[in-house]
Amino acid sequence: MIDRIASLGRTGLDVIASLGRSGRFLVGTLAGVPQPRVGLPLLIRQLYSVGVLSLAIIIVSGLFIGMVLGLQGFTILSDYGSEAAIGQMIALTLLRELGPVVTALLFAGRAGSALTAEIGLMKATEQLSSMEMMGVDPLRRVIAPRLWAGFIAMPILALIFSVVGIWGGMLVSVEWLGVFEGSFWANMQSSVEFVDDVINGVIKSIVFGFVCSWIAVYQGYDCIPTSAGISSATTKTVVYSSLAVLGLDFVLTAVMFGNF
Amino acid sequence: MAQRTTEIIVGLFIIAGCAALLVLALQVSGLTPKSPGETYTVYARFNDAGGLTPRGKVSMAGVTVGSIREIVLDKDTFQAVVAMEINATVDTIPTDSSAIIRTSGLLGEQYIDISVGADEASMKQGDAFYSTQSAMNLERMISNFASGR
Repeated sequence: MIDRIASLGRTGLDVIASLGRSGRFLVGTLAGVPQPRVGLPLLIRQLYSVGVLSLAIIIVSGLFIGMVLGLQGFTILSDYGSEAAIGQMIALTLLRELGPVVTALLFAGRAGSALTAEIGLMKATEQLSSMEMMGVDPLRRVIAPRLWAGFIAMPILALIFSVVGIWGGMLVSVEWLGVFEGSFWANMQSSVEFVDDVINGVIKSIVFGFVCSWIAVYQGYDCIPTSAGISSATTKTVVYSSLAVLGLDFVLTAVMFGNF
Repeated sequence: MAQRTTEIIVGLFIIAGCAALLVLALQVSGLTPKSPGETYTVYARFNDAGGLTPRGKVSMAGVTVGSIREIVLDKDTFQAVVAMEINATVDTIPTDSSAIIRTSGLLGEQYIDISVGADEASMKQGDAFYSTQSAMNLERMISNFASGR
């Protein structure tokens, strides 16, 4: 009985210690003078694998989500005779909520899990410790480019998602369901504010990118260096990133759109 | 993959992101790179300003001619004083025109509509509308109707 309570306490302390390690890890990765000649090629290679290779899933998901929004929205709005407001509905939904959040979830699933597995495998095959032996800081050489690539790629992916989604929604509403194109764009332009909606969406995607990349690289760096450990770390990345994104989304929405 | 090809593709990716931001700014949110232009301020006093907000629309014959700058309460007469910025090109508003608060659509936002009068003199900077009509109050209308007018 006492053992169970003790193990509960130990688990709690383990979680807190893990949070502390992740904080020190972040500071160790981001601190220090950047060296453009060595760092920039690494960053570009990571941007390619994290950002460009995620484009396929982002564009296809954006297109289908935009099309579904157009279809469902039209069905609901036609009950009130306000089909012309479909553009406004699609744009605001995508820019404020779905764009940043769905992109972050897809990013965590595709790029986050790939980052965790790669770093975890490097740790399991002792590559990180042999780098330290040679005097190369693995945080600066391996982790930092991946972290920065995640920070930079997420907002770009979220913007592309929103644009493709709006285009997909336009395709369904204007071309297939017959909404008048002029009022589609006019209603959208009059109700979407650049600073309040577009920029707030970009801020959200920057925060989500920070959180997803940090969780992904930390889980890889901190995993148990066995194959079971790597698989458990990859799962934890996706689960924790998704929960963090959804929780932060509520907080950010309350702050930005809550009118308090 | 060669380093040069990777760099080019990543550059295109970043350009695509910036292009997406530009599309969202210009096409979706209707941000126009026009300068605000010259305006002059006129005032209107209402008994009930209703749901008017700063930056609301001021229109005449359905055409937007300006925007609301601010709404303050006059502590002596307990009326709402609305300051409006009208485009300098619209400088022939007769001095006996009236400012009416209307609602755009059934659930839409409220805006100020200027109904032209017949005077020859025009409103200038700092003038006030002497004839105004307050926002339509749904509860008052319903209670008038229910109590048999």
